[in-house]
Amino acid sequence: MSPSLATDNGLSEVPPASPAGPPGCSRLRARPHRRARAGGTGPLGTGVVTIWLSLIVLLPLAAVTAKSFDDGAGRFWDVVTQRQAVNALIFTLVVSLLAAAINAVMGTLVAWVLVRDDFRGKSAVNALIDLPFALPTIVAGLTLIALYGKNSPVGIDVTYTRTAVLLALMFVTLPFVVRSVQPVLLELDREMEEASTSLGASPGQTFRRIVLPNLRPAILSGAALSFARAVGEFGSIVLISGNVPFKTEVSAVYIFKLQESSDNPISASAVSVVLLGVSLLVLIGIRVFERRGDQRA
Amino acid sequence: MITVENVDKHYGDFHALKGIDLEIASGSLTALLGPSGSGKSTLLRVIAGLEVPTSGRVVLDGRDVTNLAPQQRGIGFVFQHYAAFKHMTVRDNVAFGLKIRKKPKAEIKEKTDELLRVVGLDGYQQRYPSQLSGGQRQRMALARALAIEPAVLLLDEPFGALDAQVRAELRTWLRRLHDEVHVTTVLVTHDQEEALDVADTIAVMDAGEIAQSGKPRDLYDAPSSDFVMSFLGPVSRLGEGLVRPHDLEVLLEARDGAREAQVVRVVHLGFEVRVELLLADGNGTSADGVGASEPVVAQITRAEAAALELSAGDIVWVREQLGTRGADGPKAAAA
Ligand SMILES: Nc1ncnc2c1ncn2[C@@H]1O[C@H](COP(=O)(O)OP(=O)(O)OP(=O)(O)O)[C@@H](O)[C@H]1O
Ligand SMILES: [Mg+2]
Repeated sequence: MSPSLATDNGLSEVPPASPAGPPGCSRLRARPHRRARAGGTGPLGTGVVTIWLSLIVLLPLAAVTAKSFDDGAGRFWDVVTQRQAVNALIFTLVVSLLAAAINAVMGTLVAWVLVRDDFRGKSAVNALIDLPFALPTIVAGLTLIALYGKNSPVGIDVTYTRTAVLLALMFVTLPFVVRSVQPVLLELDREMEEASTSLGASPGQTFRRIVLPNLRPAILSGAALSFARAVGEFGSIVLISGNVPFKTEVSAVYIFKLQESSDNPISASAVSVVLLGVSLLVLIGIRVFERRGDQRA
Repeated sequence: MITVENVDKHYGDFHALKGIDLEIASGSLTALLGPSGSGKSTLLRVIAGLEVPTSGRVVLDGRDVTNLAPQQRGIGFVFQHYAAFKHMTVRDNVAFGLKIRKKPKAEIKEKTDELLRVVGLDGYQQRYPSQLSGGQRQRMALARALAIEPAVLLLDEPFGALDAQVRAELRTWLRRLHDEVHVTTVLVTHDQEEALDVADTIAVMDAGEIAQSGKPRDLYDAPSSDFVMSFLGPVSRLGEGLVRPHDLEVLLEARDGAREAQVVRVVHLGFEVRVELLLADGNGTSADGVGASEPVVAQITRAEAAALELSAGDIVWVREQLGTRGADGPKAAAA
């Protein structure tokens, strides 16, 4: 079993420099919130978590991976390098990253307004944010079609376009950044901003140099969640995008087609595994980026 | 020189500052003293521009700054809870104001290093605020505020979150620092000892108003009201007036103006002795215990105590020592 689950970074083991002596290499020193992670649950907790994660996540993933190689590695390669598969994958990743990036900006703005501004109906808006979570995604798709479909009441028809996919993703991933930034913003020490102001910083400078660095981890993890969700999104896209190969077809829909229409579970598994692998890489990339920023800060 | 002219501040229908007039001399260290909720922080924040007064003016060195944004006032502000920039090292914290002012790199480094030496944090440049003690954090915050060479330094209960010993050390240190850099300083505190210890001038606030301001000694010796008197140190009520424990005389026989009392407790505090007395007529209460038969507290020297040979249960006579405050007492001042 992997004990690294409990102490996922060796950094927390580094003792703080002695109070009197000048501090040494700053790259190795634990940052505040890592140190706060002391007090673990011991081997029992680690064991339970490991078994749980294995049952819920790792085993199914292993099963699908094993399945994808049923016809051998050569066949696997052929399946996943098919032009339609590659196109779907690239489109999925690009549109998901775009959705995550837009969310990072707009979600932060929404969180900001919800925390810092006072207006009538604020709690209603606050509750509304979670709606995309509660709605079955297929309903989300239908809603979008009703507004931006063939018979659009506002005269905008985006069906079967890439814009439609992006729109659907924006809809279902809206809550992630908002909900990860909101609590951090609530907790943010307002006096830090006042101190910055009294030291001569303009509101813009205060935001960039004080607020943003403190929100950054929350924004990044919210964006990472949006991305992960977007990569796997199916229900809200399947109707409005028309699933045009080489255009609006995303990997999830492509996999679905392989499984259902072509009755080809091995190919479906193979494409799934690639999708999985690439998403994992992107998520790890975001974490690394987050941590690097953390250390530089 | 800071001039606050007829400043009012309303929060909704709450009147937090009521027509404040205050002059703070250049280079002085003034303490704003008052109970919780009396408006000390509000007044300080109005001076800093962090709060806009409902009416009235704030003038800094002859310049009306009432409508000037805080970042344009050149005022150093130190917060009770440090307001450290958590994501920056100590060095970057202190350098912040200089970086905003786009000073050359070398100058910034030299200046921050010097300031950190002044506040006793040399060698801590690379640390993050969470790796400092409370006292160190507050000294960092002070260095940060001083870095911009402010015309005025405002401190809102800077030592409030620290324990008594560190507090006492830091305020002595602050006084020395002030004597070196001579920046006009306003210190908010609700600790009268702190105010008496470090300030050249004290302004006592009560419910949004300045109750009295002046030199610490004048305030202590000639308080303009019972409120100011009781706020600047312990007092007991003896008949009509308030008296300080060290202004009480304990006698073994009845004399002019003395009241009969029973000794409740004798506490030896080292260099002095505190005697708690219960007046025979039940008239004596400490200023805060309204009506309750709180003991009257007298403070006498060890020699006096030895001569009197007091112990609990003894019957004595107590009166206000003649000539200690003369006609300067609150009764006289109020009349
Ligand atoms: N933003 C605000 N909105 C409404 N009321 C406020 C606000 N800020 C302060 N007050 C009120 O104004 C009064 C004065 O507050 P202030 O913070 O100036 O007191 P203080 O003298 O600094 O007290 P303390 O010693 O407890 O810090 C208080 O009664 C407080 O409730
Ligand atoms: Mg206050």
